[in-house]
Amino acid sequence: MEAIYKTPDSMIDTPTHYCPGCGHGIIQRLIAEIIDEKDIRGKTIGIAPVGCAVLAYNYLDIDTCEAAHGRPPAVATGIKRVHPDKIIFSYQGDGDLAAIGLSEIIHTANRSENITVIFVNNAVYGMTNGQMAPTTLLNQKTLTTPQGRSEQCDGAPLRICELLSVVDGSRFIARTSVTSPKNIIKTKQLIAKGFNTQIQKKGFSLIEVLSPCPVYWRMSSVESMKFIDNEMTKAFPLGIFKDWESQN
Amino acid sequence: MTLTDKNKKYLLTGNEACAEAAIQAGCRFYYGYPITPQNEILTHMAIRMPQAGGTSIQVESELAAINMVHGSAAAGARAMTSSSSPGISLKQEGISYLAGSELPCVIVNVQRGGPGLGDISPSQADYFQAVKGGGHGDYHTIVLAPSSVQETADLVFDAFDLADRYRNPVMILGDAQLGQMMESVVFNKKCEPNSFKKDWALTGANGKKRNIIKSFYPVRGELEKFNAKLQAKYSLIKSKEVRYEEINTENADIVIVAYGTCARICKEVLMKNKTPNIKVGLLRPITLWPYPSQIIQEISEKVRAILTVEMSAGQMVEDVRLSVSGRCPVHFYGRTGGGIPSPKEIIRKITEIISVKEEITSAT
Repeated sequence: MEAIYKTPDSMIDTPTHYCPGCGHGIIQRLIAEIIDEKDIRGKTIGIAPVGCAVLAYNYLDIDTCEAAHGRPPAVATGIKRVHPDKIIFSYQGDGDLAAIGLSEIIHTANRSENITVIFVNNAVYGMTNGQMAPTTLLNQKTLTTPQGRSEQCDGAPLRICELLSVVDGSRFIARTSVTSPKNIIKTKQLIAKGFNTQIQKKGFSLIEVLSPCPVYWRMSSVESMKFIDNEMTKAFPLGIFKDWESQN
Repeated sequence: MTLTDKNKKYLLTGNEACAEAAIQAGCRFYYGYPITPQNEILTHMAIRMPQAGGTSIQVESELAAINMVHGSAAAGARAMTSSSSPGISLKQEGISYLAGSELPCVIVNVQRGGPGLGDISPSQADYFQAVKGGGHGDYHTIVLAPSSVQETADLVFDAFDLADRYRNPVMILGDAQLGQMMESVVFNKKCEPNSFKKDWALTGANGKKRNIIKSFYPVRGELEKFNAKLQAKYSLIKSKEVRYEEINTENADIVIVAYGTCARICKEVLMKNKTPNIKVGLLRPITLWPYPSQIIQEISEKVRAILTVEMSAGQMVEDVRLSVSGRCPVHFYGRTGGGIPSPKEIIRKITEIISVKEEITSAT
């Protein structure tokens, strides 16, 4: 009998450390599927961040480099300049990319480094038990915003796709989510497009994925998905913000 | 300008010689950020790296620079960054990650006065930071301290080989004086950029087991095991790589211990023989880590006193005292904040030490 659904070859068949209802497992599986379908495992190098996805190399069976908190784009740049024909991607959370690593992501986009960034936005610091992230919504309660995020004290949620789409060097910028089979399929298409952007040497691509964190949102898995669809997408509208193909 | 004739002498600043030596040592990836007094490294790289088929990027920050070095080193290439004291402070987290990931690379510190923004004059006040770790965790970088433009070039060649041999970051610890002054230099040092097999490097898992470059060991016991491995490596480096220069230490009354720019000044004291009644020797550490403790201990058993001269408030002198362990008096003369000790000041200090000692001896 032909298997129509199995663990991707680029994925290690093991339970993950992710919490129940977390989106990381879905997104990493999508990356593995894309690597298999494009048959690029042998020339792909990933960058694992500091944060919940720090152990991504325990699940993605590819050459991987760790990076200090916020620095995956710099590490990716260093690798890509040595191996311009390899596929280099960084996998980063919102604290890593939008707080401590904001300088690196902007300048890497501006140099139009030919890499792909998977930016997982779950509006909270998960690894450290749920503090405010730069992408935490206004009035959202976290460990460090017990009364809810206040614009006056903490600033408003930082919109990375909007920010990077005005940087000249960015080539493909899109935001998506994993709240339904339809959105998961869409996410896979957009991540694949990011990899294609790189394979065709068009320059910097970033795909932001709105992803649930039920444990630190203090919600059920189903409520988390609804929270993304009903609340998060108001601050972070889904869509393609920049596309080198439609610009030509 | 091509500088690749191995038989020719070139007149260059220490910074230019440093950059050129790196390229000739096979470094093809350089990441830097402007800061005085090391800017000539950055500008020389910008001209010469493309000629050599390499990459030189002026990056957005010192943090980006050291982490790009991390990426290029992980990818198996010879990579370098350079800066001066405040910039080197910014790189410390990255250096800790490089050491923890066992990645070979070269980091150049052209020291200036501190603390804080300090000034742009020569200083040796980053000694503690360079040799005691600098960043977090139990690690060491190999630290090489040149005292001339020629030696800067030679040690840069050696630094890349040492880094690859031990999979460890190597620091060149110079200062504003060495970086800015011009001397003749020959680039003829042997170097073997391709003789190190890097089967651990990231190239894509094509037909082989995949590689992971990391410093994270969250499972209980794993990190302690990894640290034991690091310490074993450091012990090996200590036993094999200590370097120093010894001048007139035989039958000396007093031996000066000084490195880099200070060692040059002390050499003048010896050469001009300004202290005819006192026999003065010099021990110049070339590796600051591993430190030449053994030879200093041996010297301390034969001399009346040791004098450490530094452009700091007294940093290396602590390692001298540890090496001497009370076998003879250890004196210190230092200038800070861009002050440079003059031969006259050092002679005054030497005559003070010896005459004070003689007074005590004759009184008892």
